[in-house]
Amino acid sequence: MRRLGLAAAFVVLAAVPFFVSSTYYVNVASQILLYAIFALGVNVLVGYAGLVTLGHAGLFGIAAYTAARMLNDGHGHLSVVTGAVTLTLVAAVVFAVLALRGTGLGFVMITVALGQIVWGVAYRWLSITNGDNGITIKGRPSPFGLSLASPAAFYWATLVVFAAALVTMAVFVASPFGASLRGTRDQPRRMNALGYHVWMIRFLAILFSAFWSGVAGILYLYYNQFVSPHAVALTASAEALLMVISGGTGTLLGPVVGAALVVIVKNVASAYIERWNFVLGAIFVAIVVCMPEGLVPGTVRLTRWVAASLRPRPAARVVSPGEEGGR
Amino acid sequence: MNLWLVLAINSVTLGGLLFLLSAGFSLIFGLMRIPNLTHGSFFMLGAYFAVSLMRWGVDFWTAAIVSGLGVAAFGGLVERLILRRLPGAELAQVLVTLGLSFMVADVCLMVWTGDPVQVDTPRALRGSTSVLGLAFPTYRLFISLIAVVFAALLWALLERTRLGAMIRAGVDDPSMARVAGIRVSRLFTIVFGLGAWLAGFAGVIGGPILSVYPGLDQEMLPLALVVVILGGSGSLLGSLVGSFIVGFLYNFGQALFPEIAYVVLFLPMLIVLVLRPQGLFGRQTA
Repeated sequence: MRRLGLAAAFVVLAAVPFFVSSTYYVNVASQILLYAIFALGVNVLVGYAGLVTLGHAGLFGIAAYTAARMLNDGHGHLSVVTGAVTLTLVAAVVFAVLALRGTGLGFVMITVALGQIVWGVAYRWLSITNGDNGITIKGRPSPFGLSLASPAAFYWATLVVFAAALVTMAVFVASPFGASLRGTRDQPRRMNALGYHVWMIRFLAILFSAFWSGVAGILYLYYNQFVSPHAVALTASAEALLMVISGGTGTLLGPVVGAALVVIVKNVASAYIERWNFVLGAIFVAIVVCMPEGLVPGTVRLTRWVAASLRPRPAARVVSPGEEGGR
Repeated sequence: MNLWLVLAINSVTLGGLLFLLSAGFSLIFGLMRIPNLTHGSFFMLGAYFAVSLMRWGVDFWTAAIVSGLGVAAFGGLVERLILRRLPGAELAQVLVTLGLSFMVADVCLMVWTGDPVQVDTPRALRGSTSVLGLAFPTYRLFISLIAVVFAALLWALLERTRLGAMIRAGVDDPSMARVAGIRVSRLFTIVFGLGAWLAGFAGVIGGPILSVYPGLDQEMLPLALVVVILGGSGSLLGSLVGSFIVGFLYNFGQALFPEIAYVVLFLPMLIVLVLRPQGLFGRQTA
C-alpha cells in the first residue's frame, strides 16, 4: 500500500512539467528536489545520528566548486562528477575526524568553524575560486545523449537522482547500520558497552551524509551554471538545517517537505519582500518556540488540539434553553 | 614605522576587542551551556546604536556605555522571553539564536542601510603617543588598555565577589548551586546581560578601527567561536590568551598570506581540538 502510494507520488512528480505550463514553476520544482536531496543528506546527521551540523554548506560548496573548476579546465562530465564527489568525501573525512572530537555543542561549534573556513577560502582565495564573482560554467551535461538544457529535462534528471537518494535513505534507515546509528544517537554509552564502535558508526554516517550533500552540490551547479560564496555561507547551512527541522527530524519524508516549504517560501517571499533573511529567522524562532518537533508532526498535534477544543463538551457547561435562544 | 610593529599593534588591538566579545560568550557558554550565536549581532548592534546616538550629538564614551546597556536590555529580553523556555534543548537554542541573528542583521540593514559607517575616534585619543622613541596610535593603545582593565575587573568580579562566587558555583554544578539557595535563573539573566553588554561595548569601541557595516556580525562570530574553542569555554584566562592568539593570527595571516588568511586563522584551533579538545585552559569535565 505504502509502496503503491510512493509509486503514485513519483508518477505525479514526473508529470509535473506536463501540467505546469510556466518554466518558472518547473525550475522551482527542480530547486525543491535538489534541496530535498541536500536536506536528506543533512538529516542523516541531524535526525538519525543526533549530530547537529551547521557546516554542511561547506561540503555542498566543495562539490560545486570542484565541479566548476574541473569543467572549466575542460574535463568531461563523468570525470567531473566523480572528481567532485571524491573530493567532497575527502573533505568529509577531515570534517569528521575534527568534528567528532566534540559531541553535542562542541560538534556544532566545530562544524560552524569548518564551514566558515570553506567560506573564507571561497571568498578570499581568488586564484582558485574567483572570490565574490564566483565561477560560471558553460552548459549542462547530456547523459546518454539526452540534453538537460531545457528546464523540464533538468527536472526529470533531478527527479531520478532524488528517487535514488530517497531509496538509499529508505534502505539505510531500515538497515542494521541505520538501527545502530539511531542507537548511538539515543544511547551512545550503551552502544559502546554492547561492543559497537560508536566513533566509526558516526564517521560512516558523516561520509554517507556528505555523499548526498556533494551530489546536491553538483546538481546545484548544473542548475544555476554558476557558483559563488553565497552557496557556502552560514546562511546556506542554516537553511539546510531549517529544511530538516521544519519538516521533522529523523523522518524519511520530513526533509523533503521542509525543502519544499523553504524553497517555496523563499521564492514567494522574495517576490514580495526583499527581506528573506528576516523571514527565515522568524520562521526559525517560530518553529522552535511553537512546534519544536517539526512542521509535519507539529501541525498534526495542533490540528488535533484545535479539533479537540472545538468539539462540543456536553458536561462542560449547562446551558438553559432560554439563554440559548436569547443570543 | 615598520610593518611588523604596525601589525603587532593591530594584533594587540584586535585581541583586546575579541577579549571583550568572547569573555561574554565564554561565560554564557560556560554557565548556561547556551551557544549564543547572536553574540556577533550584539557586537554589531552596539556599534549601530552608538552611531545613531552620536548623530544626535551624544559623546563617544556615553554612547558606548548607553549602547552597551541597550544591547544588554535586548539580550536580557531574549534570555527571559525565549531562551528561558528552552532549558537544556541545545538544538533549539542554536536555532533560535541563529534565527535571531538573521533577524537582527536584516533589521540593521533596513534601519542603517548597507553603507559602511565610519565612527570618529574620540578627539582626546587622536594622533599618536611615543613610547621608547616609537610613535604608536593612541586610540589603539587605549583599546588594549581597556581590555586589560576589563580583564582585571572581570577576574575580580568572578574571584573576589559574592556574585562571582555564585556564578562559579553555577558553572560547576547548577543543580547543587540551586539547592544551596542560589537563584541560578537570575544569575543566568545577569550573566547573559553582562555578556551582551560587553559585546555591545566592544562593538562601539571597535567602531573607529573596524567601522560598522552589514556582515560585521558574521565576521566577528566565528572569531569569538575560535577564541572560545582555543581557550576553553568558561575560562577567563582562556578567553584572554585565545583572543590575543587570534588577534595575531588574523592580522599576520591577512598581511602575509592574504588568500588563505582564514585557513591560517583556523589551523591552530584544529590543532588544539585534536590534541586538547577541552581547549588550552578548559577543564576536563564535559
